[in-house]
Amino acid sequence: MARMKFLCDADRCIECNACVTACKNEHDVPWGINRRRVVTINDGKVGERSVSMACMHCTDAPCAAVCPVDCFYTTADAVVLHSKDLCIGCGYCFYACPFGAPQYPRVSNFGSRGKMDKCTFCAAGPEEDSTEAEYAKYGANRLAEGKLPLCAEMCSTKSLLAGDGEIIAAIYKERVMQRGYGSGAWGWQTAYRETVDV
Amino acid sequence: MRIWSVGRLFSPVVAAIILAIGLLVVPATAQEGTGSNPTAQAVNEQQLLNELNKVQGRVSIPDRNAGTLQQPQGRDYQGFREGALPWIGAIFIIGMLLVLALFYFVRGRIRTQAGESGVRILRFNAMERLAHWTTATAFIILAITGLNFIFGKRLLMPLIGPEAFSTWSIWAKYAHDFVAWAFMLGVIVTLVMWVWDNLPDRYDANWLKVGGGFFDRSNRTHPPAGRFNTGQKLIFWAVVLGGIALSVSGLFLLFPFSFADVNGMQTAQYVHATVGVIMIAVIIAHIYIGTLGMEGAYDAMGSGTVDLNWAKEHHSAWVEKQQAKADGRVPPDNAAEPAE
Repeated sequence: MARMKFLCDADRCIECNACVTACKNEHDVPWGINRRRVVTINDGKVGERSVSMACMHCTDAPCAAVCPVDCFYTTADAVVLHSKDLCIGCGYCFYACPFGAPQYPRVSNFGSRGKMDKCTFCAAGPEEDSTEAEYAKYGANRLAEGKLPLCAEMCSTKSLLAGDGEIIAAIYKERVMQRGYGSGAWGWQTAYRETVDV
Repeated sequence: MRIWSVGRLFSPVVAAIILAIGLLVVPATAQEGTGSNPTAQAVNEQQLLNELNKVQGRVSIPDRNAGTLQQPQGRDYQGFREGALPWIGAIFIIGMLLVLALFYFVRGRIRTQAGESGVRILRFNAMERLAHWTTATAFIILAITGLNFIFGKRLLMPLIGPEAFSTWSIWAKYAHDFVAWAFMLGVIVTLVMWVWDNLPDRYDANWLKVGGGFFDRSNRTHPPAGRFNTGQKLIFWAVVLGGIALSVSGLFLLFPFSFADVNGMQTAQYVHATVGVIMIAVIIAHIYIGTLGMEGAYDAMGSGTVDLNWAKEHHSAWVEKQQAKADGRVPPDNAAEPAE
């Protein structure tokens, strides 16, 4: 089985936000929720760099570990998913997530955040594959159709790579060899406790 | 038809030539890369993490939390919540239960040595009892629903299944968030009401020296004490200071990101959970000595009155003052008695 990962080649990201828009559109994500976002470091200054970030589907995922109702599970493809039926909206997964991936439909106080929503690697949730019920809660299930996440598929500069970790790491390595530079796989050390050696 | 013969042929030929040149040129340069790195000056992940411990930037959406690209501290939070915290909780709570069980075995129930006199005196008035029981009821609800967040999935979920446990946890969460306000009010009232009786006095040193008489199996050691003995004062200050720590950290958690960023929220949880489990252990001891552990102690908070002999044994200085006041005499140490 594959071990699904995201890799953002920050040397290629041009902050066009097409990945963000593609994600929102594909999954009909409600207003105020961003499963994917582009963060620009040193914006407008020398050394500016943009990185597209969503759930990294971590190894030993912190969100899954801290969840007080154990609503997370990891698929055979190592995609970290959760059940909105079990989620109690406590917000602990946001404190644990190194990448700010979990999102909540409400921001009201007294602990009423609503059911958590996050990037599913386009693999939706525990409902039966490609059903209306699944789409309403978690969005499209592209993985079940043999397709990869739309954000990466849409990326105009092919900065964002999604797929089996070994394959995307090899693609990135080849790129770095070819062009002679690379800023590394952002977040990999924290998420997977390994980096891409180039 | 001319387009077929010339036009359509021309472009593939040109394309093929360009491609051939391209294929010849590319491998030559690929060996050493393109030479220049356009992002050589750009920020580097490892450097940012080394210098700032996290990676922060700008986002084009209103959610300011989204500007944090990476906070590896989330892994530390995971380590605390799933590693240290359950152990801290289990050691404090089970440890306290074992200590109390051992104490009960060795010392047994602390009896009133002189037996009941039949005369009862008021110890806590209705207002004091109301404040105590409001705080106490709130604390027990908060303790159970709070422990649910640590141990629920380990102990309760296997018994009732994930669905029922999720439903219970949603209600537990609401109970925790709303009952918290009653607890905060209770802590404030407790502080204002009893602070004067809980300041150190001249009986404390001796009380501590003889261990409050707890360890005298003959039950003859009854160090003099005022309205509250040193052990009760320690409980009072644990409740007030622990309660304030729980309230402040709890307010951070009740209003997420209003007063702190994500790392501040993690710190609030470290404080809240650690103080919470320690307080639960302290209160278990308080409940023990107030009920099973000591004959006659529960009445003070139950009916509000205690037997005169019980009061003489445990709060001799206080009884003398009360009796002096009732007889219209000047209290022995001439100190003003706080209003009851």
